[in-house]
Amino acid sequence: MAEIISPMAGVVAEVKVNPGDKVEPGQELFIIESMKMMIPLEADKGGVVKEVKVGVGDFVNEGDVVVVLED
Amino acid sequence: MFSKVLVANRGEIACRVIRACKELGIKAIAVYSEADKEALHVKMADEAYLIGPAQAAQSYLNMDKIVEVAKESGAEAIHPGYGFLAENASFIRKVKEAGLVFIGPNAEAVEAMGSKIEARQTMQKANVPVVPGTTEGISDLEEAKKIAGEIGYPVMVKASAGGGGIGMQIARNDAELEQAFKMCQMRAKAYFGDPTLYIEKYIEQPRHIEIQVLADQHGNVIHVNERECSIQRRHQKVIEEAPSAVVNEELRQRMGEAAKRAAKAINYDNAGTVEFLVDKDLNFYFLEMNTRIQVEHPVTEMTTGIDLVKWQIKIAAGEELTLKQEDVKINGHAIECRIYAEDPDKNFMPSPGKITKLVWPEYEWLRIDHGVYEGCTITPYYDPMIAKMIAWGKDREEARQRMIEALKNTVIDGIKTNIKFHLDALQHPLFIEGKTYTSFIEDMKK
Repeated sequence: MAEIISPMAGVVAEVKVNPGDKVEPGQELFIIESMKMMIPLEADKGGVVKEVKVGVGDFVNEGDVVVVLED
Repeated sequence: MFSKVLVANRGEIACRVIRACKELGIKAIAVYSEADKEALHVKMADEAYLIGPAQAAQSYLNMDKIVEVAKESGAEAIHPGYGFLAENASFIRKVKEAGLVFIGPNAEAVEAMGSKIEARQTMQKANVPVVPGTTEGISDLEEAKKIAGEIGYPVMVKASAGGGGIGMQIARNDAELEQAFKMCQMRAKAYFGDPTLYIEKYIEQPRHIEIQVLADQHGNVIHVNERECSIQRRHQKVIEEAPSAVVNEELRQRMGEAAKRAAKAINYDNAGTVEFLVDKDLNFYFLEMNTRIQVEHPVTEMTTGIDLVKWQIKIAAGEELTLKQEDVKINGHAIECRIYAEDPDKNFMPSPGKITKLVWPEYEWLRIDHGVYEGCTITPYYDPMIAKMIAWGKDREEARQRMIEALKNTVIDGIKTNIKFHLDALQHPLFIEGKTYTSFIEDMKK
């Protein structure tokens, strides 16, 4: 199991994966809006999405777990 | 003069406007979102009102709420700062309809500059140079050659329906034009289904130089010299200075007169800025007009002694401009560095968070406009600019050295900032030589 964490505080602008999706390392999972910029959040490892913890409009803090992956 | 002014903004510019109000003996009213309850502008103001949630659309952009608070608090005028509602003609009308004064230009002037095509036509009529080119499509090579001959090489061949750099090519002579024309026509047809092309003069290594104007409601217009703002990342300015290293007195006068004609052509009132692209032969072309106070206004204030924000308030109150063109002088040189909460090592990614330690240096030649304090939190909801540091020197080199000294003695912990980027830029040979083109940040990396 692997956790994907948000690298910065911001508001979730777009969620690009659903539970059950297979993701590759480097794939875009989320778009986070922070300080008037849209920042893509990429998977640092591959796996199958077990849980998506946030939705569009949610506020995330730096270090928050946003996605849980299964190997 | 007003007795109470509402400041419809946040951050450093709200603090700047509040300071001007206080110096004029005016009570300042702040508005704030839920994310800004502890913000510096709220603490500085005489009164402060919560206007909505963190999202700007529901707070700082909420026109009706802001007008309502202004009425309730007894303010007679609203200063919009920059960004948010500063260049919104319908807000200006709402303010007026509520019986209040908007501290900025009239709505029609804002609209005249809002449409870029309309603005280009208005400027041409007013004898303000625009980037030469065709406004109508061309489909014939001979016609293209004739136009290129008229405006002079190099030219840019562009697809009329194009965008994103596709179907765009530089031509430096007739032979290249022939090739570019064929290539662009083919691509334009393939990508956009429309082979129509147009031709514009290609500006090589442009600089971005702007002229500050002040216009009152009695027909008086002056210019307050230029600012050099070529150093940009993502089309946002990072370092600005006044005067420009390449503008001499003769060019300053010509650009200044063109800017005054631009302002007069749209019956402009209040402070405004006419932006020009300047090519390597120092030809200048109208780019756009910013119908508000600019972020970089302090470099003008520090080299002329003219307080632009106070003049904005006085002009809006109906006062006549007592400054004459010949009163505007240049004293020394000023450089401004915008301090952003961002990480230059990670492609200038935002870096919100809590400022755990903050030490500003103090010098008589240094001005810092900011909206932060030690222990405050920089939220991710708004612009990453947290402060501006402006150093003055008797000449460009002294201002540069002093700016470096000031930056080296600044401590901002808890968040990442672009201070190190500024230090690299200010010590780069191209900056030292004054070779600051809009491509400076890319040139720096080479």
